[in-house]
Amino acid sequence: MAGFLIKRLLQAIFVVIAITLVVSFAIRLTGDPAVTMFQGGGSMTEDDLARIRAALGTDQPFFVQYFNFLKGLVTLDFGRSFSGGTSVSLLIGHALPATLLLAFISMFVSIVLSIPLGIKAATSRGKAADQAIRIFSLIGLSFPNFWLATMLVLLFAITLGWLPPSGMSGWASYVMPAITMGVILTATNVRLVRTSMLETLQSQYIMVARAKGLSESKVLYKHALRNCAIPLITYFGLQFGGLLGGIVVIERVFNWPGMGTLAFDAVGARDFPVLQAVITVLSLMIVGINLLVDIAYGLVDPRIRTE
Amino acid sequence: MSETIKPLLSVENLSVEFGSSRVVDDLSFTVEAGKTVAVVGESGSGKSVTSLSTMRLADMMGAKYATGRIMFNDKDLLKTSQKEMRSIRGKEIAMIFQEPMTSLNPVFTIGDQICEVLMLHEKLGKSAAMTEAGRLLDMVRLPDSAELLHRFPHQLSGGMRQRVMIAMALACRPKLLIADEPTTALDVTIQAQILNIMRDLQKTLGMGMVFITHDMGVVAEMADHVVVMWKGKKVEEGPVGEIFANPQHPYTRTLLSAVPKLGSMTGEEFPKRMPLTVLQDGEPTVVGEERVQDTAKYDEKPLLSVKDLLVRFDIKKTLFGTTTHRLSAVQNVSFDIHPGETLALVGESGSGKSTIGRTIQQLQSSMGGEIAFNGRSYSSMSAAERFRMRQEVQYIFQDPFASLDPRKTVGFSIAEPINTHSLINDRKAVQRRVDELLERVGLSSDVASRYPHEFSGGQRQRVCIARALASDPKLIIADEALSALDVSIQAQIINLFMDLQAERGLAYLFISHDMAVVEKMSHRVAVLYLGQIMEMGSRAQVFETPSHDYTRRLLSAVPVADPTAPRNTALIEGEIPNPVRRVGDEPPILVHEEINPGHFVAKSA
Repeated sequence: MAGFLIKRLLQAIFVVIAITLVVSFAIRLTGDPAVTMFQGGGSMTEDDLARIRAALGTDQPFFVQYFNFLKGLVTLDFGRSFSGGTSVSLLIGHALPATLLLAFISMFVSIVLSIPLGIKAATSRGKAADQAIRIFSLIGLSFPNFWLATMLVLLFAITLGWLPPSGMSGWASYVMPAITMGVILTATNVRLVRTSMLETLQSQYIMVARAKGLSESKVLYKHALRNCAIPLITYFGLQFGGLLGGIVVIERVFNWPGMGTLAFDAVGARDFPVLQAVITVLSLMIVGINLLVDIAYGLVDPRIRTE
Repeated sequence: MSETIKPLLSVENLSVEFGSSRVVDDLSFTVEAGKTVAVVGESGSGKSVTSLSTMRLADMMGAKYATGRIMFNDKDLLKTSQKEMRSIRGKEIAMIFQEPMTSLNPVFTIGDQICEVLMLHEKLGKSAAMTEAGRLLDMVRLPDSAELLHRFPHQLSGGMRQRVMIAMALACRPKLLIADEPTTALDVTIQAQILNIMRDLQKTLGMGMVFITHDMGVVAEMADHVVVMWKGKKVEEGPVGEIFANPQHPYTRTLLSAVPKLGSMTGEEFPKRMPLTVLQDGEPTVVGEERVQDTAKYDEKPLLSVKDLLVRFDIKKTLFGTTTHRLSAVQNVSFDIHPGETLALVGESGSGKSTIGRTIQQLQSSMGGEIAFNGRSYSSMSAAERFRMRQEVQYIFQDPFASLDPRKTVGFSIAEPINTHSLINDRKAVQRRVDELLERVGLSSDVASRYPHEFSGGQRQRVCIARALASDPKLIIADEALSALDVSIQAQIINLFMDLQAERGLAYLFISHDMAVVEKMSHRVAVLYLGQIMEMGSRAQVFETPSHDYTRRLLSAVPVADPTAPRNTALIEGEIPNPVRRVGDEPPILVHEEINPGHFVAKSA
């Protein structure tokens, strides 16, 4: 297990370096921030541009810029935003908790809903409960998330006025974004839990557990659930990673002050340091989650732990 | 059975249905305490459903009990609630299943899984249950029981897992044990050990046993009384001696005639194609000819020549990719196959027999040694020659279900080698060739447009044989090609193999674990153990004068389908060792001695 984790850790470091390199390079292909900053600002000379580039540091060779960025990464100093000059670390420091909190709550909602529903569907395979759960899951899957979000805002914020339409202010502001994400994730996860549970229930050891005289709930929650969780852990891990990156749409709709909003604004402004930092932090998170998934595997599955 | 003894279990007119199909029809039999009733039949005969119905586990699969009762302890189990059944299951009636590799839950320790029954039914505390579990492991003769309790199933071999299953089933001293093909998935020496343990424990505990199996050899060894099932119905029952000596029902007669019996070829120089008893219009009819299979051309130079073959698999590596542990799959193996000859490679799991076949077929690369086909060594062949060789050597796999593409018609699959090697370029002619091949393997030519799922296992294996024949090969490697088939089908396929050999002068590399089948159809035999040849010689030399300890051990472990045959009482002990070794700690290479012309025996190192 220890060797396995060290190997994964080394892989993770390599992945982070590769990602930051690609990101830094790709961003610089999108155009010159100096020109963007001048847009609408009247006439400019080559001298003006050169001065701005020198100030931003974009006149230096790519690898020098990249190296400075890496140096910053280690000391958690991502430099200053091109627009406004705020410390990037400060920006991230505000946005990251907002995004993480939203992602955690959505994930939590989805797991709490999908596991019992998925198990119910699997154990009543082909019966009414199974059909109903599958139909609800299909409806949930068919909603585009921005549409669902807009409809919720329309109903609960504008018509009924129960919940704030946007922003992050108190627990009430979490309800709609979390429901939107949670419902959509649940729609997928229910199916996954159902399939995994059905497969597990086919196993010989489930028959053996029943032949021992165990009660159905012991069979399900003791013998089946842990085995059924093994494939789910990978998927939930990947999903959480995807959630961090894909949350931008929801953050836009609810005007959530998270990483998505930060990245969205940074793209418009060609704000290299902010964008670079956002993507790096997100990819670090995803790499970290994958490591956690590997550890969780070991805890659940002795076949990996005792390797 | 005497009238005075009340049976322990009595199944009366039981019919079980799944949806509209009746899988068990009007079945009756009884089991007395201390006795073993074997329920035998081929796949689809309803024998497993019978056992699951007795446990009322068939309910979970959607079974409906149309008629009958199952009396146990003056109680009709079919009228008992699931809640009450739970207090009978595992306590009064216990069950052992076929697949030891998947019968134990991979995420719990052995100890936890045994304790679970004891804590449930015997109301023992955890520590008392652990002590008892250790005792149970000793009872099934597992060494280091105290340590084993804390191990997980994946750390145990199949044989050990099945012993754990037996310990678990016997934990509460059940009155009735149902064993559903408990040794089918095990190697023959391990099977012999498990059967011994079961027999001894039955005697000690005095329990009744329902033993479900398709293996007539195991029946002869274990049963007091036999129930023969066919297509959901009981066709015959009686004391074991009676069933074997004087079978009444036509189906029983055909079944018994199809069973290969070890030792039945004693005194024969060559393999023999034997006529088969098949059911025709409900009557057993003998079909086919008896012919001595003198097809091997030893005067010609060998078709295939394997010299000092070495195959190892890297198992463990360091962080930097240096291999630290290797599995020696094949170690200095040498043999020749002549045109028209069948060479059998026999051995248990991990003996390397399949790896040898795969290496010859170039599905696996070797680390050393030479393979020559038609006098040309692989290493000196050009890419084009190697490609052509794939046409002349064909492979038939064990699982006829997995070796045909489910989305292609069987006609497509059979034509594929013809098209790959551009043997026939006219589409009509390819079609004709496919039809011919189908008919040759005993199928009708109009099945070419059907898909694999429309065929039974035996028919699929015929399709696989047709596909292997399509490229007109000189050598066919048959890797456990008969193992997944029912014995009556197996007997037909053996004859098909022999007929094709006589017709086309085909050579076979016949890879098998089944000694009785090997005895029936091979000219020469090589016995493998842990990647090395222990003994090699003509069939008669190996079977009649086995000269290596391992060969004798293997032969003595085979259950003989004859209840009057002397029972092997010598205890076979020990597991097959783990073939994974540290790099640098390679297994010693055995030297072979020719004790008679053509009869080689490995000298112990």
